[in-house]
Amino acid sequence: MSFDEIYNIALMQGFAGLSLFSVLLLMGLGLAIIFGQMGVINMAHGEFMTIGAYTIFMFSSLTETYAPGLVQAYFPIAIVAAFFIAFAFGWLTEWALIRHLYKRPLDTLLATWGLSLGMQQVFRSTFGPKEVSPTLPEWLMGSWAPSEGLDIPINGLFVLGLTAVVTGGVLLALYKSRWGLRVRATVANRAMANATGINTKRTDRLTFAIGCGIAGVAGAAFTTIGSTGPTSGSLYIVDAFLVVTFGGAASLLGTVASAFGIAQTQSIAEFFLTGSMAKVLTLLLIVTILMIRPQGLFASKIRR
Amino acid sequence: MLNVKDVHVAYGQSEALHGISFEANANETVAIMGRNGMGKTTLFKSLIGILPLKSGQIEVAGNEVSKDESYKRVAKGIAYVPQGRMIFPTLTVEENIHTGLENAKVKKVPDEIYALFPVLWEMRRRKGGNLSGGQQQQLAIARALVTDPKVLLLDEPTEGIQPSIIKDIARALNEIRKLRQITIVVSEQVLSFAMDVADRLFVIEGGRLVHESTRAETDTAHIKQFLSV
Repeated sequence: MSFDEIYNIALMQGFAGLSLFSVLLLMGLGLAIIFGQMGVINMAHGEFMTIGAYTIFMFSSLTETYAPGLVQAYFPIAIVAAFFIAFAFGWLTEWALIRHLYKRPLDTLLATWGLSLGMQQVFRSTFGPKEVSPTLPEWLMGSWAPSEGLDIPINGLFVLGLTAVVTGGVLLALYKSRWGLRVRATVANRAMANATGINTKRTDRLTFAIGCGIAGVAGAAFTTIGSTGPTSGSLYIVDAFLVVTFGGAASLLGTVASAFGIAQTQSIAEFFLTGSMAKVLTLLLIVTILMIRPQGLFASKIRR
Repeated sequence: MLNVKDVHVAYGQSEALHGISFEANANETVAIMGRNGMGKTTLFKSLIGILPLKSGQIEVAGNEVSKDESYKRVAKGIAYVPQGRMIFPTLTVEENIHTGLENAKVKKVPDEIYALFPVLWEMRRRKGGNLSGGQQQQLAIARALVTDPKVLLLDEPTEGIQPSIIKDIARALNEIRKLRQITIVVSEQVLSFAMDVADRLFVIEGGRLVHESTRAETDTAHIKQFLSV
């Protein structure tokens, strides 16, 4: 093997890590907003991702049946729809379930886990237990070869771009918009935020729904790199929690850094070892680092 | 302006306020004096709606607010500066003030706020948590003031603050009342501060108001007796 080949393989493997990073980041972002803002551990977060993935599948089959000419164009619209459908279900979940449990954090864990099992069964009954894949438009297929022997898949590039846009949008909204100010004030001190005139209940509901909407986008991104089954989301939930805890619960920048670290470690180790040994190595590293820095990678430096 | 009628507040089974009634007029500062554990903070928390009333009524400018959540009370004209300041430590000074602009038409900090507290202008890009105690107190007052209140509640504004800043805060409160003609209700243990700002003084003891006097009539020795441990 020449040096060039090793270099190319390292680049491609690194890029595979970037695709995993994208999905993990989108999952972790939604989870971090919900967990950081409301202290709610949303075990059903993976299922909101699955909702997004099935939304893409539905759009794909509907387009194929009724408007085959539009197959090239449906995908961007379906991503927006994935966000809003997951957003709507998130809104409903907060209203029906979560808001009654804010003072009982362990019960939210149990309740959302139950919700996750229920949703999985609904997916199974509606779409069947078999994994499905949407028909992706042609412009997402194939790969980009900047040089001989180096193939970067286009769907991976697309997912990366989508993630960058969503992450940038969330950070911008959180630090520049009125909603972001409400969220950050509520995170800092709920009772006091209410006493400065902020409707904290409405802020909670909107925040939960936005977190779920982002999970929907993660699901949409997921369809380009894997096939969707009723339990697809639950495969990612543990990793997503790892990302949030490792990054530092209140820090979105930490979420980005930790998603990157975890995905790259996993992906590069996978190339040299087996898949499960790579997982073991990743987990060992995380556990060790968390023992030294229990607050996570990034924690803001202020007097409390 | 603020009308409190027979307010009872309980923590579970144990009642902490046993029927508090008082009125505070527009352009008037009222001080509520009392030792620790006599119910000052409980009273203030129930006025802003952090603690629910067991019974009784609170009216602001004729509007009943007893059943409202805190943010609705703020919209109706109460603003609250809590004990221990409770500014948002992770937000910048400017963002802290912005949180009070929820009901404002223009989401911009009015110039008069920075004129009143120049130090906040200098510190506006810093995180609130990195300010000193006195600066945080000024920030908490600024955050409450931008809600354009009719009634301003301050719970022990001098607690843990160095004496020179206490004087500044007294001056600021008198300035605010002159500028805006609002009602100020302040709870205090420091009698000299209360005498600097208040037109009327109440003494709270064991969850009841036990003494009332105007500033001119106040017998400081008598009130000191209530405050001594």
